[in-house]
Amino acid sequence: MSEEKRPAKAPLDLAEVRERLRDRQGPELWRSLDELAATPEFQDLLHREFPRQASEWVEAPGDGVSRRNFLGLAGASLALAGLTGCTKQPLERIVPYVRQPEEIVQGRALYFATTLTLGGYGTGVLAESNMGRPTKIEGNPDHPASLGATDVFAQAAVRDLYDPERSQSIVSLGRIRTWGAFVNEVSAPIRALQGLGGEGLRILTGTVTSPTLADQMQALLVRYPKARWHRWEPAEGAGGQRSAAAAFGAPYDTVYDLAKARVILALDSDLLTSGPGSLRYARDFARARRVRAADLAAPGGPAMNRLYAVESTTSMTGTIADHRLPLPPAEIDAFALALAAELGVAGAAGPTGITPPQLSDRARTWVAALAKDLRAHAGACLVAVDGCASEAVQVLGHAMNAALGNVGKTVSYIRPVAADPTNPIDPVQSISELARDLHAGRVELLLVLGGNPVYDAPANLAFGDAIRKPRLRVHLGLWENETSELCQWHIPAAHELESWGDARAFDGTASLRQPLIEPLYGGKSELELLAVFFEHIDAAAYDLVRERWKQHLPGDFEASWRKALHDGVIAATAEPPVTVSVNAAAVQRASAEIQKGAAAAGDGVALLFRPDPTIYDGRFAHNGWLQELPKHPTKLVWDNALIVGPRTAERLGLQIEDVVEVSSPAGGRGRIRAAVWVQPGHADGCATLHLGYGRWRAGRVASGHGANAYALRTSANLWLLPGAGIRKTGDTFTLACTQNHHLLESGEEEIPTATREAAVRQPVRTGTLAEWQADPNFVHAKPKGEETEATSLYPPYKYEGYKWAMAIDLNVCTGCSACVVACQAENNIPTVGKEQVLKQREMHWLRIDRYFAGSLDDPVVHNQPVPCMQCENAPCEVVCPVAATVHSDEGLNDMVYNRCVGTRYCSNNCPYKVRRFNFLRFANHDVPVLKMLQNPDVTVRMRGVMEKCTYCIQRITRARVDSEVENRRIRPGDLVTACAQACPTEAIVFGDANGPDWEVSRRRAEPLNYSLLEELNTRPRTTYLAKLQNANPDLAPARRG
Amino acid sequence: MAQIFHRSTNTIAKVSIFGGVFFLAFLTWIYSTLLRSNFVTGQNVVRPQPVPFSHQHHVSQLGIDCRYCHTSVERSYFAGMPPTETCINCHKQIWNQSDMLAPVRDSYAQNTPLRWTRVHDLPDFVYFNHEIHVAKGIGCATCHGRVDRMPLLFQAASLQMEWCLDCHRNPQKYVRPREEVFNLAWEPPANDPGLGVRLVKQYKIRSMTSCDTCHR
Repeated sequence: MSEEKRPAKAPLDLAEVRERLRDRQGPELWRSLDELAATPEFQDLLHREFPRQASEWVEAPGDGVSRRNFLGLAGASLALAGLTGCTKQPLERIVPYVRQPEEIVQGRALYFATTLTLGGYGTGVLAESNMGRPTKIEGNPDHPASLGATDVFAQAAVRDLYDPERSQSIVSLGRIRTWGAFVNEVSAPIRALQGLGGEGLRILTGTVTSPTLADQMQALLVRYPKARWHRWEPAEGAGGQRSAAAAFGAPYDTVYDLAKARVILALDSDLLTSGPGSLRYARDFARARRVRAADLAAPGGPAMNRLYAVESTTSMTGTIADHRLPLPPAEIDAFALALAAELGVAGAAGPTGITPPQLSDRARTWVAALAKDLRAHAGACLVAVDGCASEAVQVLGHAMNAALGNVGKTVSYIRPVAADPTNPIDPVQSISELARDLHAGRVELLLVLGGNPVYDAPANLAFGDAIRKPRLRVHLGLWENETSELCQWHIPAAHELESWGDARAFDGTASLRQPLIEPLYGGKSELELLAVFFEHIDAAAYDLVRERWKQHLPGDFEASWRKALHDGVIAATAEPPVTVSVNAAAVQRASAEIQKGAAAAGDGVALLFRPDPTIYDGRFAHNGWLQELPKHPTKLVWDNALIVGPRTAERLGLQIEDVVEVSSPAGGRGRIRAAVWVQPGHADGCATLHLGYGRWRAGRVASGHGANAYALRTSANLWLLPGAGIRKTGDTFTLACTQNHHLLESGEEEIPTATREAAVRQPVRTGTLAEWQADPNFVHAKPKGEETEATSLYPPYKYEGYKWAMAIDLNVCTGCSACVVACQAENNIPTVGKEQVLKQREMHWLRIDRYFAGSLDDPVVHNQPVPCMQCENAPCEVVCPVAATVHSDEGLNDMVYNRCVGTRYCSNNCPYKVRRFNFLRFANHDVPVLKMLQNPDVTVRMRGVMEKCTYCIQRITRARVDSEVENRRIRPGDLVTACAQACPTEAIVFGDANGPDWEVSRRRAEPLNYSLLEELNTRPRTTYLAKLQNANPDLAPARRG
Repeated sequence: MAQIFHRSTNTIAKVSIFGGVFFLAFLTWIYSTLLRSNFVTGQNVVRPQPVPFSHQHHVSQLGIDCRYCHTSVERSYFAGMPPTETCINCHKQIWNQSDMLAPVRDSYAQNTPLRWTRVHDLPDFVYFNHEIHVAKGIGCATCHGRVDRMPLLFQAASLQMEWCLDCHRNPQKYVRPREEVFNLAWEPPANDPGLGVRLVKQYKIRSMTSCDTCHR
């Protein structure tokens, strides 16, 4: 990373901030440390629609244009502006097909069921194809890992497909070569290898669940018996299998059933937003959490599940938890042990089983309350532990679930979905062995299928040196990267949307992958490249996949093949659960290990490594959509940072944006420079660094951002580096954080705090389940029946046809941001880059606001997605001088780009700050391949126009036309906005508020339904359902916001 | 002090004041006429095409239905342009040696598409939908004119927003029975002036004038 010297901001005094927070009595929410400290920067952002200088064309400090020049230019551009109307439309061409493919109706999108993978595991998706161009990914409702939802990575897959920086030709030693030349040159070494039985042939893949690829690898190992297959997946929580092997004697995969879990403990686990089953888990979790007024009368009250989170870093699962306990990693181990002992797990209370002394009072209270609650729900509760947690904690997790009788109910075990029976279970061991053999010169030919080990292998393996040893090195990848640089051959890979294949989901369900488009650059899939080793030089992945499934699909092959392709799922392929019994000796070993670890705890800061929320392990670093997606919960874009809690920051004297040198503990060589981010709620005594940044050979978008966490990561422990050194360098580095952009501000009048009035003025209204039961209308200013109708100067309008509305359930929003990327893909929203984000010019139509309530060290976090509110009394409309934003008869607040002259009055007058202005020509009109990315149903906006959420008007229009042609009204299910469609927790719903069958009108009738900034009487169509906390009475309720 | 200006200056002043008003009105008139001129709208202008395809010949002399070539007009926003294969269906039998059709045969043989020039070209921020207009009883000829009388196709209407709005505000003036949509020669019956109003009601046609009807 490159630092800059600039005048230091006034340092933030966290002690003072803490003091101010203590004085607060009421339910006020706060957005950031800057807000609490009331820094001048924050005040500026709050009171100005656009930060200073944003409206001028100042690109660099010191290069400013004077006011006089600016006015002159403004005058000249005004005079010239009229001339732009004089351009005539250029002649356009229509280029029809020569032979039109079947099924295509020109101008209508087609949808194909296919499979996208992340870390090897498949998620079923439906890809939208507009005249042969895949433009949008939706979840496949029939696929068990999706149920119609998608994550940010699937949403951004099309941006990867059309990335102009993808490698476009076969390259050997810097020269462009052909596939024929490659096959020619490798055929001699391959023949030689065959003579040697494959001695010296090594193949490195990621996690493989693809049955076809697995079979091909098996066949390859038969043909070349001495060859070895290694795998490396830098962000996979593979510890899961290792701990299962320890606990049960076999490396089983763990599958949760959150639909049945009433009480859930996420122990250092982000189960709702990361991992191959997270979309499904989030959906099941949300369905078991949603409460309705009708449930109030139910015996025993509304059935709402309860989630506890005990974690070090600030995960998304933690933000939605009813109770969250931040603990440093060592204490998490101790906590797990104490809880296991309390639950009576055999072995945890064994000879060494005493509660470790370093557990704080609060943690001890937690252990007691939690054990009570879990025991009360035995068989209907769940202890979820991630692969990132220490192996001992995972073993205890398995043991606790077994002790609580959850196995077979909320948790089940299946044979591992990932296929590599001949390999060590652990990818770390696998890559370590590869590195050892590389260093020892035992490798002749190394084939790297898709990964980037030179960048992301554990630092102690010195993979960059090791990889130079084999005589022939071949890399297959979508991009040229740090690894391809050190290989003689780089073969461009076919994107998943370009190639045939298959994959299995977290529960074992297999599905096929079908291409949406021919490979743009003649890329090869893994299957096609491996076929070369069978002297099958022009194999087509299609034939290989079909051949494989011919032997495995039941019944008439053609019929079942077509059905599998159509459905996107191969029926009855889920793994059946196995019966397991916990090995008490393993529990004892784990307990002893924790005891030992507690005794050996040294000083320094424990450094946690976690996959980045948006670019994962670095594989999405090329993707501008994901780079510019605000990361939860820091809201940083384009960089990672060393995330520390406020206490740690105070102790080490760190300020936000300070550059520190992070070094391995004594004996290690790793040393990186990273900028600091102080995150309220992060556990004390540890720091988090996200993977994936600090790339050095990754093209224009990815290179040079952030700090490389891999430089510190060792094979001893992938997820934790105890005793890391942190030293201030005195430099600062500007981080782009979007949380203080687009701020809401309510009226100026003073409202006494700690009153009902003040509570309903908060943007996020919350309360406990008990409060709601006592007063169902508690989120409103007046009790039921006493509400007063606000009046308006404008005459009321009766919406008799459709009345489009959106309701967002804050009770289940995890902040996963899939909606934001879905909106970006659907509505042709450009990215702007870090410099422009710093000027508050990011273009997302939908943002997720993050609020804190409570103390600095352990705040409650609220997520609030904010699209355009589509106000019925819209403040933006009345100030537009050219009527470019006007109301439709269905209540939409239309934005007419061709009328907009860019006064930005509308944005100024918008209390929700949801309007975005094209300060520059952000949309890319020049790169041909990026034109293929655009949704043809949405205008690509030019410089100088305002834009905002339209409720996906193109989808409304489509549904309206379809329904009118069939002479009926639009029905629920015909129409959903991109954000609502992507949402894993069904937090966002959209529809016709005049139609009683629509979920949105049911939600609007709920007592928890409220409008943002209701006091302004804008009558928003987007409303929110208040967030409830299902508090455990044995624990102090979190301060509500 | 002597008068600086001669008396006649008064007249000149008066004339120029009044004249100025007329001059401004004249400029406005020029501007609005220019905006609506064929030069700007492209109305009545024949575009160069790779093959001089005659709608007149194919429609009125041979009697081919619009939908034989424009297959998606009832199912999509886009009426559809026929693939070369559609031309070759007939022209492998008839006129299969004609020089005029050489580009079509080349296209088919070499698998390279024909590149037609768009005649009806709306701006990119306007989203027109054929499907719904056809379903609601708006005839092809209402917008495209008597294509069956055009040896070379040209744009019959101005396609300006005021032209669109005229129909969107008064659909009863233009609607026709659904079964007559593809009949280019249909004229509203002189003996049934209430037909339009009746059809608007029968087809549940709404006057769609919100911006989001066409702009998004």
